[in-house]
Amino acid sequence: MNAADIPILSIMLAIPVVAAAFCLFVRAEKARLIALVATLANLALGVVLWLSYDPAGAQWQFTEAATLFGPIGWRLGIDGISLTLIMLSVFLMPICIGASWTSIQKRVGEYMAAFLLMETLMIGVFAAQDLLLFYIFFEAGLIPMYLIIGIWGGQDRIYASYKFFLYTLLGSLVMLIAMLWMIQFAGTADIPTLLNTDFPVEAQKWLWFAFFASFAVKMPMWPVHTWLPDAHVQAPTAGSVILAGVLLKMGGYGFLRFSLPMFPEASADFIPLVFGLSMVAVVYTSLVALVQQDMKKLIAYSSVAHMAIVTIGLFTFNQQGIEGAIIVMLSHGLVSGALFLCVGVIYDRLHTREISRYGGLSVNMPKYALLFMLFTMASVGLPGTSGFVGEFLSLAGAYKVSTWATLIATTGIILGAGYMLYLYRRIAFGPQVNADAAAMSDVNGREMWLLAPIAVVVLWMGVYPETFLAPIRRDVATIVARVERAAPAGDSKIKLVDPTTAPYRVVHGPEKNMAEGSH
Amino acid sequence: MELNASLSLVRPEIVLSFSALALLLLAAWREQAGRLISILSVGALVAAAAFVFAFMAKGTDVLAFDGLLVNDAFGNFAKILVYIAAAISLIIAPRFLEKTGAMRAEYPVLILLSCIGMGVMVSATDLISLYIGLELQSLSAYVLASFARSDGRSAEAGLKYFVLGALASGMLLYGASLVYGFAGSTSFAAIGSAMNGEVGLGLIFGIVFILSGLAFKISAAPFHMWTPDVYEGAPTPVTAFFASAPKVAAIALTIRIVLEAFGSQIFVWQQIIIAVALMSIIIGAVGAIGQQNLKRLMAYSSINNVGFILIGLATGTEQGIAAMLVYLTIYVAMTLGSFVCLMQLKDKDGGYREEFADISGLSKTRPALAAAFAIFMFSLAGIPPLFGFWGKLVVFNAAVAAGLLPLAVIGIAASAIGAFYYLKVVKVMYFDDAADVIAQSDDKVLVWTGGLLAAANSPLGYFAIPALGVWTAYAARALF
Repeated sequence: MNAADIPILSIMLAIPVVAAAFCLFVRAEKARLIALVATLANLALGVVLWLSYDPAGAQWQFTEAATLFGPIGWRLGIDGISLTLIMLSVFLMPICIGASWTSIQKRVGEYMAAFLLMETLMIGVFAAQDLLLFYIFFEAGLIPMYLIIGIWGGQDRIYASYKFFLYTLLGSLVMLIAMLWMIQFAGTADIPTLLNTDFPVEAQKWLWFAFFASFAVKMPMWPVHTWLPDAHVQAPTAGSVILAGVLLKMGGYGFLRFSLPMFPEASADFIPLVFGLSMVAVVYTSLVALVQQDMKKLIAYSSVAHMAIVTIGLFTFNQQGIEGAIIVMLSHGLVSGALFLCVGVIYDRLHTREISRYGGLSVNMPKYALLFMLFTMASVGLPGTSGFVGEFLSLAGAYKVSTWATLIATTGIILGAGYMLYLYRRIAFGPQVNADAAAMSDVNGREMWLLAPIAVVVLWMGVYPETFLAPIRRDVATIVARVERAAPAGDSKIKLVDPTTAPYRVVHGPEKNMAEGSH
Repeated sequence: MELNASLSLVRPEIVLSFSALALLLLAAWREQAGRLISILSVGALVAAAAFVFAFMAKGTDVLAFDGLLVNDAFGNFAKILVYIAAAISLIIAPRFLEKTGAMRAEYPVLILLSCIGMGVMVSATDLISLYIGLELQSLSAYVLASFARSDGRSAEAGLKYFVLGALASGMLLYGASLVYGFAGSTSFAAIGSAMNGEVGLGLIFGIVFILSGLAFKISAAPFHMWTPDVYEGAPTPVTAFFASAPKVAAIALTIRIVLEAFGSQIFVWQQIIIAVALMSIIIGAVGAIGQQNLKRLMAYSSINNVGFILIGLATGTEQGIAAMLVYLTIYVAMTLGSFVCLMQLKDKDGGYREEFADISGLSKTRPALAAAFAIFMFSLAGIPPLFGFWGKLVVFNAAVAAGLLPLAVIGIAASAIGAFYYLKVVKVMYFDDAADVIAQSDDKVLVWTGGLLAAANSPLGYFAIPALGVWTAYAARALF
């Protein structure tokens, strides 16, 4: 493969950094342009990456290795799971830059630089194959995000930025100690090697907890989710998009990459904990979302509920559940990002997030209402949209393990329909009570360019999810095979019958003959 | 012949002594030659460093003066670090002191004398030479603290430092006399062999007193009380010096005495070091939260950092010592950089500012300065990808390797508390409204040193990891 000769991942990491450095020294218009070009270039490279990734090839592709930093190995490489998440990041980035095109007017250069650095760090998290390198990328994201929330955020931005930073920092620091222990135990920081290292069962528990502390906060899981609504509400639109779209996925990615394959026994032991917290999260945060008056807060709580379905899916230990969880992550990344953009569209016009200040927007903003409805439906999980595929798969997987968890989690989907439709009704339908809201103009060309691509992908993922399942299937199977020895028995007692050997097929004479003839 | 051999092993100290004396004479003749003498002092430090490099290249590990001093890789590494820190303190000082009217030709001479003391400290292998080095360094430091004679705060800082420093020296001496009494010798090696086997109560008392005295010198809790006052009162370049070079020397001295003299009895001192380390981390972090003065903040930050460094000593392993040296090197860059930033906080009338309120919204009026300061703050907080992270990482790695998991977990959790106040500095500079009191800096030297140190603390510093790893491991090996 000739793409293997070019260090494409390093280039993808370098482009935003170089662009960020330029952004700091130029005027606003130039900075916007540089940022857009850089993120589009990375998107193009992402497409190249996607096209040249061979789902049947080696487990780790596009691998690079350099020993520039002593014990910190510059080792990069991706499998299908990383690939899809990198694609999500590079796809959302140009949209974020576009979303900030007019709404950010102060300190544009620094803003764009912060976003570009964010992009590098996100790609780095998903591409790192060295434990310490992963940690550096994972943790470094705090700095630009802290600045994005703190400088360009809303009223209570300072409280929100502190809360975001310290919550996530405290979670990750404990993980660092666990990582150091693992490196000493295994004698290497190489993630592919660690993935096949069997840690002592007793130690696994502690390690699992240390990683859980970090990923549960990042995810975020109830009850450590409280930083998220604050951060979302205060962050500028593009900040919310990147936070909901990609940063939350780092938690899910962490569970998938580290917790499950590295500590299978501990993961199995803690299924009740994960399912318990997720069940509470689904119901509780959905109910909280139902009573929100602030659009962004509502979507933020809905994120927590959706992420709980991800954690349930991940800890099912079976192919369906984990594939479903990844699709929910991708879908939620797109849909919640799009919903935050939708909020941003009307926020830019009226400068309020109060739901009651809007109403009847389908009259004066028909195009907006249509797009908003599509994303609402995708968030609810309507068949035909990306949300359905992921939720169905993860719940189907969860059913094999715990019928109760599935039952409770499914109520979350009903409640989800409740709060999302209620939100949509209050904003798009009903009488136009507020004159200023009624006078707002429909989405303009720029906003259309931001929302339409997401809409296309959401429908694509909903109608033909195979495109997104194909690259992850083999890697999920690898994880499932790795954790199989600890897989829980499950309480649904499903009798899986292979349809090709099912007894009723025997009675059909001709088919039997055909089968025999083929031997 | 024996004397000649010994003298050849202390060439750096001889160079510095003669330079200091010659420059003192020059200062007596030309009182206004402060800047020239500063430059010549930097030259003397470079010459001394060249000798140290020559020793390091040869890889000596030789005792001098019948076992009073040793010339080994560990001491030489510490000396290089001390000389670099002292040279930077000399380079950044003249303009600042001239502006405040405190520049006198004795300033560089005192720094040189202090460097001689520190050179003796880091290579002392005997309680007597240890004390001589320590006092030479301390006495220079007392004078430096009160160098801005017209400033009441500076005079107060000098007096406080002197009184409390004398108390600490007294404790150290008392401990030394106990150790001598029970071990029968002042030489580290002899104490070490006397401690093989049963350790009596008297020796333990001696060790506790010695460690208390040293804890004062490295401003570790619970002997840290002088630090905020002295840091605040002393002129900022002097504070920068205090926070860097003497800290390196005192920590190196602590490492050497603990390992060479008490090394066989790790259980006697390990718990003391662990307690001191954790107390320093927590007091340094919590104490800084309410501070309004940035220099006081930096004082608590240095207490906090000393705590992290001591975690390396608590391991008592070669890896732990190498980790301490890595951390010390990075710490010197971080702390000097922060002070260089502080020294650029000058209002439009030329007065120096050092309060939180003054840097409000600094990123709008002085973006480069604010960015550099933010880099140092995030680096001190140990947030990747800044270089300060690497220091914390190696120290905790050593703790994990030595099986001190609870210590590592508590220490790292406490570093989140510390992150809070470093973040506050960034918050004030970036999120708050511009106070617009800080004028453009006209001091090119400060701008360049600050820029270089910021670059060293940025992810670019990671390129130094392999070299740093090799040198520190080499230095640490000399003690085992």
